[in-house]
Amino acid sequence: MKIICVNCPMGCPMEVQVSGQEISVSGNACSRGAAYAKTECVNPVRMVATTVKLKNAAIAALPVKTAKPVPKGKIFDCVKALKGVEVCAPISIGDIIVPNCAGTGVDIVATKNVGFAG
Amino acid sequence: MLDVIVIGAGIVGCAVARELSKRKLDILVLEKGFDVASGATKANSGIVHAGYDALPGTKKAVMNVRGQRMFDKLSKELGFPFSRCGSLVLGFGENDRRELEELNRRGRINGLSDIAILGREEILALEPGVGDSVTDALLAPSGGVVSPYEMCIALADNAALNGVKFALATVVTGISQDGDGYRVQTNNGEYLAKVVVNAAGVHSGEISEMAGGEKNAIQPRRGEYCLLDQEEGGLVSRVLFQVPGKMGKGVLVAPTADGNVLIGPTSKDIDDGDDTSTTREGLAEALEKASRSLKRLPRNKIITSFAGVRAHHKSDDFVIEESGKGFVNLMGIESPGLSAAPAIGEAAAEIVCGILQPEENSEFCPNLEPFPKFRESSWEERQRLIEKDPDFGNVICRCEKVTKAEILNALRNPIGAVSLDAVKRRTRTGMGRCQSGFCMMKLVGIVSEELGKSPLEATKHGGGSWILSGPIKEALL
Amino acid sequence: MRDVDVAIIGGGPAGLAAALGAKKAGADKVLVIERDRELGGILNQCIHNGFGLHTFKEELTGPEYSARFIKEVLSGDIETSLGTMVLELGSDRVLKAVSASGIQEIRAKAVVLSMGCRERPRGALNIPGSRPSGIMTAGTAQKFVNIDGLMPGREAVILGSGDIGLIMARRLALEGAHVAAVAELMPHSSGLKRNIVQCLDDFGIPLMLSHTVVGIFGKDRLEGVSIAQVDSSLRPVPGTEKLFPCDTLLLSVGLIPENELSKMAGVKLSPDTGGPIVNESFETSAPGVFACGNALHVHDLVDFVSEEAQEAGENAAAYAFGEAFSGSSAEVVPGNGVRYVMPFSINPKKVKNNMTLRLRVTAEKRNAALVVKMDGEQVLKRKKMVFAPGEMETISLSGELFAKRPNISRIEVSLEDK
Repeated sequence: MKIICVNCPMGCPMEVQVSGQEISVSGNACSRGAAYAKTECVNPVRMVATTVKLKNAAIAALPVKTAKPVPKGKIFDCVKALKGVEVCAPISIGDIIVPNCAGTGVDIVATKNVGFAG
Repeated sequence: MLDVIVIGAGIVGCAVARELSKRKLDILVLEKGFDVASGATKANSGIVHAGYDALPGTKKAVMNVRGQRMFDKLSKELGFPFSRCGSLVLGFGENDRRELEELNRRGRINGLSDIAILGREEILALEPGVGDSVTDALLAPSGGVVSPYEMCIALADNAALNGVKFALATVVTGISQDGDGYRVQTNNGEYLAKVVVNAAGVHSGEISEMAGGEKNAIQPRRGEYCLLDQEEGGLVSRVLFQVPGKMGKGVLVAPTADGNVLIGPTSKDIDDGDDTSTTREGLAEALEKASRSLKRLPRNKIITSFAGVRAHHKSDDFVIEESGKGFVNLMGIESPGLSAAPAIGEAAAEIVCGILQPEENSEFCPNLEPFPKFRESSWEERQRLIEKDPDFGNVICRCEKVTKAEILNALRNPIGAVSLDAVKRRTRTGMGRCQSGFCMMKLVGIVSEELGKSPLEATKHGGGSWILSGPIKEALL
Repeated sequence: MRDVDVAIIGGGPAGLAAALGAKKAGADKVLVIERDRELGGILNQCIHNGFGLHTFKEELTGPEYSARFIKEVLSGDIETSLGTMVLELGSDRVLKAVSASGIQEIRAKAVVLSMGCRERPRGALNIPGSRPSGIMTAGTAQKFVNIDGLMPGREAVILGSGDIGLIMARRLALEGAHVAAVAELMPHSSGLKRNIVQCLDDFGIPLMLSHTVVGIFGKDRLEGVSIAQVDSSLRPVPGTEKLFPCDTLLLSVGLIPENELSKMAGVKLSPDTGGPIVNESFETSAPGVFACGNALHVHDLVDFVSEEAQEAGENAAAYAFGEAFSGSSAEVVPGNGVRYVMPFSINPKKVKNNMTLRLRVTAEKRNAALVVKMDGEQVLKRKKMVFAPGEMETISLSGELFAKRPNISRIEVSLEDK
């Protein structure tokens, strides 16, 4: 499997080979690269950030994120699960907006403090 | 039955309509765009020509000189930006010197007594930024610059206040004679009028043809422009033309009525009169030619470029005549059409009045109540404005310092703005160096709220020029 | 007319940190003037994560990062004036600001410029074509999507592969639009590798290097753009044009420090950064006027903005107390391979524990080293596997170097072979 390292502007083109339990990485210039390549190969995860509708606030959209990275393949499931979700101010950073989003076991949390405004 | 239908709400149509509103007449202006001033009027050089260029005896020459002399009074009555900054035609060597003398001769026959030929030293005293190869110039102190769309909007607003009706987004599809008048078919129904004035600009040929006029009278001719940041406003203080020569007609470098610097136009015959696309070659040509006029041309200060399409008539002169009974053609109003527009308005109104013999409109008011411009107000005035209306304290466009109060006024005017571009032309919102990067979102909010619409209905210039496609996540399946 | 010790123009990340710095340094009356209705500046619309790794050792979203500073500012006896736009600034540090409650005239002992930056518009590129709706800067689109929850279109092309362009490619894709391509004029992207992978590759969005938009089509709404390859001198290659049907074109083609007010105050600007020329204390050519954040030079990382701005705020407070920052200084000059170095001059006597230089290289270079010379004498060499123009480099010079050389006149930073 070919993976481009994202740790620095070098962007090392790495080759990951899996044989049984053994994972070997080549093409990396440093150890950070190897670690990244292994994670990307075994279980690539991503943070997802988006917004949900917000009522009773000065702004119309509340920024939210996954509390932890979710599997890469679940990115769109998480966003789709937030379609139609609407919350009311006041909201504090860290408030759980949707628990266990799309069966990932990861909560969607607010990333902005928003006061009540009519 | 209406008395008069004016087809086209550009500078000519609006000048005619406003002139006719001095009489007791039922007038309707039909405009295919979503705003007045949406054709050539919004995209031209904005120059008020002194009148030395046109051949003596032509309608262009007569209307130009007569028209430009009306600008001082008009701009006072209607409050549009106009400055009689003067103009120079630059010459580059001996051959050009002879051309300048010819222009000087023409100008004097056309009635200009204050024009003069200057040598390089005299030119430098007036315009220290001119290019090194400039040798002579013709100075015309009565040349000037105007904001063509603001002038047109003001004419339209004033006409509307004096009783003229406007139907925007109304496309004329057919014209037929009906008894003593004309039946005008449009996408929004039929109208009957005793007199029709064709002021359809680049489409005036098609309109004339609908009423039985000859085919292909108008050749669309496109000109491309670049606009420089106000930071370079000091580059020139007069309009700098070039002597028309072997290299073609040359381009101008001019201050605009709003403090920018305009470069252009190129000149190219095209088929589609609505094609206002710019081209790589055209913009490069404009800049290349302009670089002759100036010591320094700051290409990195270009904030926008645009193109306009002029209506060239094959006679090479303006057409101002009653071509059929009760059908007045105003065609081929290319440069110096803007300068001539007030005079053309009078001339056309004379023709119409000759036919209809209307009474004076004793209630005609020539003035438009000026609405305060925040950017032009003193600090004391600004304070007073905000005390009266806090929206004057809400600066929406930071580059041009336009406040929410001015934007709301533009939306509430007689010919109210219905699109972002229409607000822009009335207030300068988004015309500055960031080109609406900062204020577009706020503007969409204000426009949609004031018009009682969803932001999704907001448009750039009406029709299908929507700005937002829908809520986020909507398209996710 | 009212008096304050330190007036801070702009309540984004730079202004917030400057306010905290000024307060920490003991300034009594600190005023933050913000034109928006809330503090936080551009971070309010940067809802993606990746902020604060240096400062907080964790990855935060933009609003989370700014919230930490806002909380401190609001609880720290710092005055904030929201919905207020500064329109005039004199070299006497008297400023005039406008809000719905009227005109305010404020005389500040010291001023911090933290107005941020703006995006280059279409006109600056002079892209030919028609003028339909559907063309906007990436930042404007980000505002619509992240603040209003509204999409700028359904089928997009993005010109410019800076980080904002990449981030917006992902945002549009995540929210249901199709992103046909990201075109980049240069042979390399100025964006982070991480963003290329996570914003483009993850979503199958092609990155077209050495390509640019050469035509725009559509009368009312954008209907398509023409993208062509460019040659080594960045000119489009005839015959390589390809039409991409799309209804949206986002421009991410560069940021320009915002310095209209700085110019009014007589502040000298650098043609290399577009921002003020400052000394080691972030003081501009106008005494008592300090600059920081993206108004000073465009940053990649907000952490560095906060660091610089805090220092600028501290120095502004010191100036308000009567400390002068003039004095004989060494000029700092970019040598081979270096585009600019911040600051532009250093007074050795003002260097405390150490001195941070921030710089950008002109072109990507592998296996190279940054070399610092003081009056010709090499004092530091920092090797790295790769230097790229898109990544701001930081060099820390120890205070000792300056203590030993109180009278140096020239410091040069260059990029050399390892």
